[in-house]
Amino acid sequence: MSEQKRQSEDELLEKVTSSEYKYGFTTDVESDTIPKGLSEDVVRIISAKKNEPEWMLEYRLKAYNAWLEMEEPNWANINYTKPNYQEIIYYSAPKQKPVLDSLDDLDPEMKEMFDKLGISIDEQNKLANVAVDIVMDSVSVATSFKETLAEKGIIFCPISDAIQDHPELVKKYLGSVVPARDNFFSALNAAVFSDGSFCYIPKGVKCPMELSTYFRINEAGTGQFERTLLIADEGSQVSYLEGCTAPMRDENQLHAAVVELIAMDDANIKYSTVQNWYPGNAEGVGGVFNFVTKRGICHKSAKISWTQVETGSAVTWKYPSCILKGDNSIGEFFSVAVTNNRQQADTGTKMIHLGKNTKSTIIAKGISAGKSEGNYRGLVRISKGATNSRNFSQCDSLLMGDKCGSHTFPYIEVKNNSSKVEHEATTSKIGEDQIFYCNQRGIGTEAAIALIVNGYCKDVLNQLPMEFAVEAQKLLEISLEGSVG
Amino acid sequence: MLQIKELKAGIEGNQILKGINLEVNAGEIHAIMGPNGSGKSTLSAVIAGKEEYEVEGGTISFDGKNLLELDPEERAHNGIFLSFQYPVEIPGISVSNFIKTSITEKRKAQGLQTLPTKDLLKMMREKMELLSIKKGYLSRNMNEGFSGGEKKRNEIFQMAMLEPKLAILDETDSGLDIDALRIVANGVNKLRTGDNATIVITHYQRLLDYIVPDFVHVLHNGRIIKSGGKELALELEEKGYDWITKEADKKWA
Repeated sequence: MSEQKRQSEDELLEKVTSSEYKYGFTTDVESDTIPKGLSEDVVRIISAKKNEPEWMLEYRLKAYNAWLEMEEPNWANINYTKPNYQEIIYYSAPKQKPVLDSLDDLDPEMKEMFDKLGISIDEQNKLANVAVDIVMDSVSVATSFKETLAEKGIIFCPISDAIQDHPELVKKYLGSVVPARDNFFSALNAAVFSDGSFCYIPKGVKCPMELSTYFRINEAGTGQFERTLLIADEGSQVSYLEGCTAPMRDENQLHAAVVELIAMDDANIKYSTVQNWYPGNAEGVGGVFNFVTKRGICHKSAKISWTQVETGSAVTWKYPSCILKGDNSIGEFFSVAVTNNRQQADTGTKMIHLGKNTKSTIIAKGISAGKSEGNYRGLVRISKGATNSRNFSQCDSLLMGDKCGSHTFPYIEVKNNSSKVEHEATTSKIGEDQIFYCNQRGIGTEAAIALIVNGYCKDVLNQLPMEFAVEAQKLLEISLEGSVG
Repeated sequence: MLQIKELKAGIEGNQILKGINLEVNAGEIHAIMGPNGSGKSTLSAVIAGKEEYEVEGGTISFDGKNLLELDPEERAHNGIFLSFQYPVEIPGISVSNFIKTSITEKRKAQGLQTLPTKDLLKMMREKMELLSIKKGYLSRNMNEGFSGGEKKRNEIFQMAMLEPKLAILDETDSGLDIDALRIVANGVNKLRTGDNATIVITHYQRLLDYIVPDFVHVLHNGRIIKSGGKELALELEEKGYDWITKEADKKWA
């Protein structure tokens, strides 16, 4: 490589570090915030603010007590200063009537924020065919298309409403896939979660539109602990998408969510995430700690498919998993994880095969640039009774520049001899020859990288609902602006 | 159209081109022949602007512009096309997507609007017919799993789509069987107009049976040591290179 070339690479890498996070603004909305810190009293205050029934308070207190005895996990390949849990605000709500009768009543400041984020919450905009639930800091502020969905018997609402209106469903399924004691962050979430989305699809119903939740951390010093519970009854089908952004702040903000999916016999759930929390600045100051537990259970012949495009957050710790309990059930995990600058990600999946003839597919694509670290960590466990089961895993990493790192940690446990597990892994760099080839065809270096990266991620991007695939593609381009391999 | 004067260039401190002079005008086909290691591929890479190559002296002007000041993509926008000896794979990107991006970028640089997809597809179909390319090819990923012949045909297809002023075909005949060679050569001939020019770089005379050059140049040790008409290629086929290279070596010793 010539000196000149090296210099121009350095310049480009420099440019990445200065490329700005587009969603870093804050919105001036008055909010109702409780003092920082975590105690039994705080848990009680949150529960009281939500007017929760006694069983819900008990659930929270049990989780809180369990959390007190647990330790923050440190097995992941990430380095960060552990948050001081007494410095975090656990509840903050925009001060306006939280649930609106009509979206026209929305605070104009908030409406402007959503416009800036490019989210259409206008119910008239039926072309998009997406129902949206918006969670800002700790509460849900708007849900669209509620009535259209209700006609089919579909419940799509903030989980705080579901606790009031559908206690039998919440009581039965909350914590059934991710028990409060599952891990440090799930226990914390169970104790203090204040909102999130709830969704129930009745037997045999095919949800007529994409369901989507948009998460936004706004208030300084707050943590976001949302809880999502999605139940697809026998033979039903649903596609669900979540997106997230946060302002640029110098402090680290904690996001510890829990998502539980229940796919009853023959049900089909597709769950997609486009994660774009603030990643911190070039020196690694600020950014969101994204410590999330996502898991789904598949009953007989059910299918759960996780797709994630992870481009944000300073630190990501996240393993969307499938428990393939029912015979002939299917689990899928498609992931693109991008790290740039000083970002760190330890992400992957767990496929737990319990039923016979269960199948799982894992396609994980990591892209590391700048001084970042990307890790894939995945477990494929095939239990004794899961005869004739199959797994195929493919883990690819793409490196840009010579200051980043990428690691793959596959764990495979097979307890019977009629099952088949395949694992493929590759590591590559964008070749200078590829870039020159594109250049020669009139495609500049930046556009060439975007093209090559898109090609590399194609198998995953293809899984996203059409409306979001384009958005995810753009997001990838922005995240990698100026990073040359 | 293209004027190369006293061009000296090399890679990692080794001078490979030692003073090239060449003039190519619209409507002409030039063949550059020469033994292995004579600098043929270096010449095409330097014209296209590959960064690893350092230009140590001389000038290249193209339509009156100083080519050496332009980035590779700007050279492409100005109408220079290089058919690669070893076309690279771009996994996950379809031929149609790649060509669309390429044409869009070129038009953007020229201040033109994006071509409607309908028109682009129509153009692709026409050019596919011209090159006897079968259906289904557009959705294949760029050069992924292509045979040698398919890769070369893909290069010529892109050339047909981009309609360059100057096309440089770098060893396009290598790895082609006789049928593929004939198809590729026919394509090149059909694309020929009075306004564009072609430089054919080849080791063997074979390709020149199909693409008949107006001028033949022999490159040896970084210099053009002999130029002539198409009959020179035939002479080389018959006598080999030794008879002229020996003489040149004596001269430059």
